Amino acid sequence: MSGAFRTAREMADDLRAGRTDSETIVSESLDRIARHDGALHACLSVADRGAALEAARRQDRVRAEGRAPSPLAGVPILVKDNISTRAFPTTCGSRILAGYRPPYDAHVVERLESAGLVLLGKTNMDEFAMGSSTENSAFGPSRNPWDLDRVPGGSSGGSTAAVAGGLVPLALGSDTGGSVRQPASFCGVAGLKPTYGRVSRYGLVAFGSSLDQIGPIARSVEDVALLLDVIGGRDPRDATTAEVEMPRHAERLRGGGARGAGSAAGAAGDTLRGLRIGLPREFVVDGLDAEVADAVARALDRAREAGAEVRDVSLPRVAHGIATYYIVATAEASSNLARYDGVKYGLRAGGTDGLRAMYHATRREGFGAEVKRRILLGTFALSSGYYDAYYAKAQAVRELLRRDFARAFEEVDLIVGPTAPTPAFRLGEKTDDPLTMYLSDIYTLPANLAELPGISIPAALSRSGLPIGLQILARPFDEARMLAAAHAFESRLGAAGAIPPRFAESAA
Amino acid sequence: MSAAPRYEAVIGLEVHAQLLTRTKIFCGCSTRFGAPPNTQVCPVCLGLPGALPVLNEGAVRLAVRAALALDLSIAPRSVFARKNYFYPDLPKGYQISQYDEPVARNGSIGVSSEGDPPAPRTIRIHRLHLEEDAGKSFHPDAGGAESMIDLNRCGVPLIEIVSEPDLRTPREAAEYLASLKEILEYTEVCDGNMEEGSLRCDVNISVRPAGASKLGVKTEIKNLNSIKSVVAGLAAEIERQSKLLAGGGRVVQETLLWDAKREVAVAMRSKEEAHDYRYFPEPDLHPLVLSDSFIEEIRRSMPELPAARRARFEATLGLPPADARVLSGSRALADYFERAVGAYDPARAPGAAKRVANWVQGEVLRLVKDGNREIDSFRVAPGALADLLRLLDAGEISNLAAKDVLAEMDRSGMTAREAMEAGGHRQISDEGVLRETVRRVVAENPDPVAQFRAGKEKTFAFLLGQVMKATRGSANPAVATALLREEIAK
Repeated sequence: MSGAFRTAREMADDLRAGRTDSETIVSESLDRIARHDGALHACLSVADRGAALEAARRQDRVRAEGRAPSPLAGVPILVKDNISTRAFPTTCGSRILAGYRPPYDAHVVERLESAGLVLLGKTNMDEFAMGSSTENSAFGPSRNPWDLDRVPGGSSGGSTAAVAGGLVPLALGSDTGGSVRQPASFCGVAGLKPTYGRVSRYGLVAFGSSLDQIGPIARSVEDVALLLDVIGGRDPRDATTAEVEMPRHAERLRGGGARGAGSAAGAAGDTLRGLRIGLPREFVVDGLDAEVADAVARALDRAREAGAEVRDVSLPRVAHGIATYYIVATAEASSNLARYDGVKYGLRAGGTDGLRAMYHATRREGFGAEVKRRILLGTFALSSGYYDAYYAKAQAVRELLRRDFARAFEEVDLIVGPTAPTPAFRLGEKTDDPLTMYLSDIYTLPANLAELPGISIPAALSRSGLPIGLQILARPFDEARMLAAAHAFESRLGAAGAIPPRFAESAA
Repeated sequence: MSAAPRYEAVIGLEVHAQLLTRTKIFCGCSTRFGAPPNTQVCPVCLGLPGALPVLNEGAVRLAVRAALALDLSIAPRSVFARKNYFYPDLPKGYQISQYDEPVARNGSIGVSSEGDPPAPRTIRIHRLHLEEDAGKSFHPDAGGAESMIDLNRCGVPLIEIVSEPDLRTPREAAEYLASLKEILEYTEVCDGNMEEGSLRCDVNISVRPAGASKLGVKTEIKNLNSIKSVVAGLAAEIERQSKLLAGGGRVVQETLLWDAKREVAVAMRSKEEAHDYRYFPEPDLHPLVLSDSFIEEIRRSMPELPAARRARFEATLGLPPADARVLSGSRALADYFERAVGAYDPARAPGAAKRVANWVQGEVLRLVKDGNREIDSFRVAPGALADLLRLLDAGEISNLAAKDVLAEMDRSGMTAREAMEAGGHRQISDEGVLRETVRRVVAENPDPVAQFRAGKEKTFAFLLGQVMKATRGSANPAVATALLREEIAK
């Protein structure tokens, strides 16, 4: 495998064995960004070369002294542009925050830093994470490395395109309704949405506060686990992080391998044997692409062969998922986005015509159409006289959906299905039809509503060479079991680590 | 005959009290008043993108303490909510408050209302909830293009206490507010400083024909930042509404702002302009769950409340109601008084308590007020006051001299005896010493002596005064009187 498409684990092993150093890895990463980001537009800001190489050399020095702070020390990473960083502007893909540079680092950024990862910049996204294609970025869309005419998915499309294109081995995204998993599926990489409360949101610019989670994106399940171990756990600055044990997920995956027959397939067989896997009836919907349905069916065949038991389960309220989600998420967003008013930071327009004129001009010029649409929806849902019919009802349905999952998880250990109903669509294909665009999150947003962990891993390539993702959902805080199964699927399906043809030649 | 209909007012108060925590309600910034603008801020209270609130347990404790003092039922589970509105000094675009599930409900305060004798009345309290304060806007030149914002106050913890519309007169409202203030100060929940805005009051007021049961249309007056303003604002609004109705007009529901300088209420916004705050549960904070043991722990640490203390001063120390009221006026004063009584007479006999009460209400409070101070900064310890009273009882010092000695003790921090001796105030009871002075006074004042001898009794007081003056107040009055009569009779 070429250098640029090594997994973070492989880089870590090379670093530990002294076969390479961080300076070399980071330098290659910066070269690839320089060479390919013009086409991908995955990044909104990129580190100054000198500063990044200095950070890399610092990691090389501490490693030489035997004090590498974590296995990932010296490995480069990109972070979605809604995660606050002192070192880079944090724009959320919005004109209203163009040039805004936070005076503090998000919790996850502090964790990356103390684990020795080298932050190379910020990735493109749909404005305020509202979208499924990155076409809603105020700074232009990102493109899918597998087909530059297609979207990378969204809203964390910049992060998944960067990992799929071999710019970096690791990235962080955020997932409010599928914004890590859906673009991971479109780009053929692994993307995890942790249980709500597993990873601190401190410093993550809020979209839907009760749904948002930061999640790792990588080229392998093991890398996802390694990165989760860096960023996860209780943070006193986020009252919604849970006081639960944080397992060392990556070690557990390695441990599983050791208990197996010594080969990856053996380990996989072990993990899947006896596992009860649920396939929700409700996941078969109009608009589910036949190739996606096939890929999921074949994945489940592999699981059966490995000794898993596949059962039908029912999640009756999943049918109401989209309606529920677009009330809860927009209501919270309408409040979360009120602070962008031109008074304190970011864009100020019409500043001399009085307060109201400034508010109006700032928000009219600063927000894009989709953000305005959602602010209006959410404001309406919370309005006096409509609250009970919309917001209160949506919360009630959300509770019922949670119970649907709880009941299903009494019968099965994991739920498996498609990540998205189709592979990546073309740029512009859905921009005029927001409702169709919303449907691309139909399989992912139930996990956000029910606060469950979910992961998307590459399952197959379509006949036209586009990645298809497999989604695995688990009980709250059962990431360990989910990752173990994902790891097993990954090795049986053989779809992980594929290199987009356009980038394969330049990979060396 | 057309007797003008008499109108009755229906009044409810919304009081915001700043909690005496060191740090803000959702972050670790200081709550200190008067710091330079925008110096006590962090990403959380600035509402920067991505920052999250974490509830200060100290604020919860004080809210529970207030709720217990006001006899409210404490909710085992309450919910923070976002109150959404745009304002430049509200950096998040919403205030974190509590809405339909407040931390406490249904309490009461007793007030004495008008009438002779005043009849005690119970004013019901509807609810008490926790919330964060907003910042402050300044408009340096009125009508100018620039406004300035200070966000130091953002996130300062408040409780809002909402009364039922049980109040009927401005005086009753003032009594309610004074009692509430006293209770919050006593329990050390709030410093009660209305000038600095640590206690703020809005009122809701409507009038209706006396005896009617249907409520009239109400208005709200904001910015009543002293008890005097509450009385003046209510009186003005009652008069305005009554005149309007008497003239066949209608009251329009609106919010008024009290201008304390001009003593008028100015329209702020009408019902049509009223905000739709779009409250919804704050997703960044879990519901606040309070265990019985948490509440019990706070209950056990509660100080005696002013009403209970007043009652005890009357019942066990035998103080008249007026004395009990003054001496329980603040927790510090009541503590001072009680310690002085204990030091003066460990048995706390009513007579001894009354004697201490007279001194505390008289000389002690006079010295404190003259110095524009609080009792906390009075330098005479309760035990030292008791020592002074014992010198008085022993006849070692005159009443008049004792007052000077007390002032000296306050100034210098000396003990009673040191101050007495330093000022030469030791009482002279020695007849030999005093007779000398008395003789001189008689010799130097032939006319008054003659008048007295002619039957003008009043001149005796003048002559005795001359003796006291000559001894700088240290003559034992009883001894001096006897000697003076002897000498004049000679």
